[in-house]
Amino acid sequence: MTRITGVSRRQVLKGAGAGLLTSLAAPMVFSKGAWAQDFCNNPTGDTVTFGFNVPQTGSYAEEGLDQLKGYQLAVKHLNGEGDGGMINTLKPSALKGNGILGKKVAFVTGDTQTKTDAARDSARRMIERDNAIMVTGSVSSGEAIAVQSLCQEMGVIYMSGLTHSNDTTGKDKRRYGFRHYFNAYQSGVAIAPFLAQEYGRDRRAYHLTADYTWGWTQEESIKAATEQLGWETVATVRTPLGIGDFSQYITPVQNSGADVLILNHYGHDMVNSLPQAVQFGLRDRQVNGKDFQIVVPMFSELMAVGAGDAVKGIIGTSNWHWNLPDDGSKAFTKSYGEEYGAPPSQSSHTGYVQALLYADACERAGTFYPPEVIKALEGFEFDGLGNGPTLYRDTDHQCFKEVLVVRGNMSPTSKFDVLDIIGHTSRDEVTYDPAMFGGDLGPYDPNNC
Amino acid sequence: MFSLAKKDLLSLGVFALIVLAMPFWLSPLGAAYPALMQKLAIFAIFAVGFNILFGLTGYLSFGHAAFLGIGSYTAVWSFKLLTMNVVPAVVFAVVMSGVFALAIGYLSLRRSGIYFSILTLAFAQMSYSLAYSVLTPITNGETGLLLVQGDPRVLDALFAEPRQGLPVPTLLGLDMSGYAGFYFCAAMLVIAFYLSQKIFASPFGLALRGIKSNQTRMNYTGFNTRPYTLAAFVISGMYAGLAGGLLAVTDPLAGAERMQWTASGEVVLMTILGGVGTLVGPVVGAWLIKYLENIFSAFNESILQRFFSFLPDGLDTFVVTVTSKFVGDGWHLTLGLMFVLVVAFLPGGIMEGIHRIVRSFQRRGDREPDGSLKAQPAE
Repeated sequence: MTRITGVSRRQVLKGAGAGLLTSLAAPMVFSKGAWAQDFCNNPTGDTVTFGFNVPQTGSYAEEGLDQLKGYQLAVKHLNGEGDGGMINTLKPSALKGNGILGKKVAFVTGDTQTKTDAARDSARRMIERDNAIMVTGSVSSGEAIAVQSLCQEMGVIYMSGLTHSNDTTGKDKRRYGFRHYFNAYQSGVAIAPFLAQEYGRDRRAYHLTADYTWGWTQEESIKAATEQLGWETVATVRTPLGIGDFSQYITPVQNSGADVLILNHYGHDMVNSLPQAVQFGLRDRQVNGKDFQIVVPMFSELMAVGAGDAVKGIIGTSNWHWNLPDDGSKAFTKSYGEEYGAPPSQSSHTGYVQALLYADACERAGTFYPPEVIKALEGFEFDGLGNGPTLYRDTDHQCFKEVLVVRGNMSPTSKFDVLDIIGHTSRDEVTYDPAMFGGDLGPYDPNNC
Repeated sequence: MFSLAKKDLLSLGVFALIVLAMPFWLSPLGAAYPALMQKLAIFAIFAVGFNILFGLTGYLSFGHAAFLGIGSYTAVWSFKLLTMNVVPAVVFAVVMSGVFALAIGYLSLRRSGIYFSILTLAFAQMSYSLAYSVLTPITNGETGLLLVQGDPRVLDALFAEPRQGLPVPTLLGLDMSGYAGFYFCAAMLVIAFYLSQKIFASPFGLALRGIKSNQTRMNYTGFNTRPYTLAAFVISGMYAGLAGGLLAVTDPLAGAERMQWTASGEVVLMTILGGVGTLVGPVVGAWLIKYLENIFSAFNESILQRFFSFLPDGLDTFVVTVTSKFVGDGWHLTLGLMFVLVVAFLPGGIMEGIHRIVRSFQRRGDREPDGSLKAQPAE
């Protein structure tokens, strides 16, 4: 980012005249002082660069683009522009609103295309070319896990964005990876009492599951939670990511004897599968003498908007919602609304929060040296970022905070008012033993890129 | 056996120099960082191999990404099970993709033209689906195959204490992630290019060209073309396997999307953009596409805003709004536009453009009567 300022007006004019390719490439000239540094991308100038690596195309593009808006807002607030948002509500906070450790925050962006390969490519570009000190962002657990393991190899801290698979901070956890978002196990624990209360303990469930790490772990967690209620699992069917037409998967549900359909889908998948299930008349059916129900264990306001009327009355869980009454949520919703003219999604919230938490950890550690920053984040107890008292657990780098149970609003007053919060499951209830999911964090010692 | 014609030797030398000097001439273009240079070398290998099939025999395979993926998976498994040394990984990757190419080629080459293309596409989609979901225990599905701490690595365990953290692929103690990885890939590219030169210049290459120009006539003269096309298919499959193996060497991960049809389509684009049937063309095409993909997709509106800030107010927002559609997530639009222009005006690809320029300098006013190019020897 800074290197652009080194180009004079004359050079820019020359470049523009010389054609698109040359002109676009001209500002990329830079000299790399990679040899003198003691750790990967030690910021030597007066700026520090974050890498925002989110899907801007593919099944999860919408969530990714909104996450990017959250990151851009966070950079503004960290640099002391705008109204400061949640910097004012974070407690305890070492942030001063003048950048991080006196350096202004700059950023580079990349498109992960909702693919693990592209996500790693893009992250490597940020680290190797743009000298990013920290990489953050994801909407799929597949890309989060891939980038997290890359960052461990490179010795760069990775603050994951939206990733809900148990594996991210379980089987595939890394010393250099941190997750603020909740996970599938917590969704299962949070949603089960509400399912029992609304739909009873004698139900037969049919799962449609997105076929990758997140889908698998969510299916496993929800299955375990519902079976504990006394529900029976009729079948679990895997669907490929991003297929668009789910009719071939929905038809068998009708003859399976199941009376609940659980959609372990996210983003564009859920925006397609839920309305299609409703159009097939599933919710108007009576099976085993009960009304047929559909459950979407994890969903967000962007998906709810996308799914339209089909989402009314559907129960699920969320990490955060913009109309929460606490100061942090209010401050964030206000500054996001002023900036972009719409309420923020949980995707942009988790991105914003992760950027702030990293910056705060650097301030507290007094350095950008990754092992010290990691130690500052591990076991950090904070409040005021919209989720109530929250702990960054040291044993698996998972945040523990309360989980929201939400329901599609039956009579929305505006196009953003699509979800009702029907319950808060407390932090204690969703805390689990880190040994449950295995995995190994690995060493603190940084690999030098 | 290893000798080359003087002209070929010269072009090999120049080519090797250009490839190895990449860190220097790419740095003004903002592309001199290891990850991208590795990609440039690897995809050039992929395209050079693809050109042996498509450029010489005219058989258009729409399923070459399958071999790329097989190479990657094989290499990662070699890292997981045997050793982090890259030599076995690359050898296994080439052999394994060769075996698959033999099987797929044997079946697909029973048809030619569009039917061959569709068959290869079908096989590639099958491989993709298998890797994506059915063979999840082997491929780890959508997440991709990753190294983990607990992998056996039998040979490494015999000779050395495991180091702390995840191991990285090595060659003679050099880590293959940074510049060393690039030079390894670059050396492989030079070797691959040399082999392709040998094939172009050989009687075998001549037979392949014969198949391209008229297979029926070849058959009527009593020449059995099947083994030749199959050999070309297997060779180009092995090139793809080598590229896939190198992808895993520089970044030990294998994902199913490497085998998707879009990846197969990309190598077709590279070859056509650069120039089908020429030696250097596919390399140029691969570099151009990979470079633009990396550079354009990383642009965002704030970079554009700063870049066009010299324009008067109002106009700059307009220019930024228009250009932003062509960068970032919209860079495919740029690629499509470029492809359309090249195919419409330079059917022989960028190499044809270069030849036209060179010819216009060499003999002004001495054009062919119809203004067309004289048949070019392949480089």
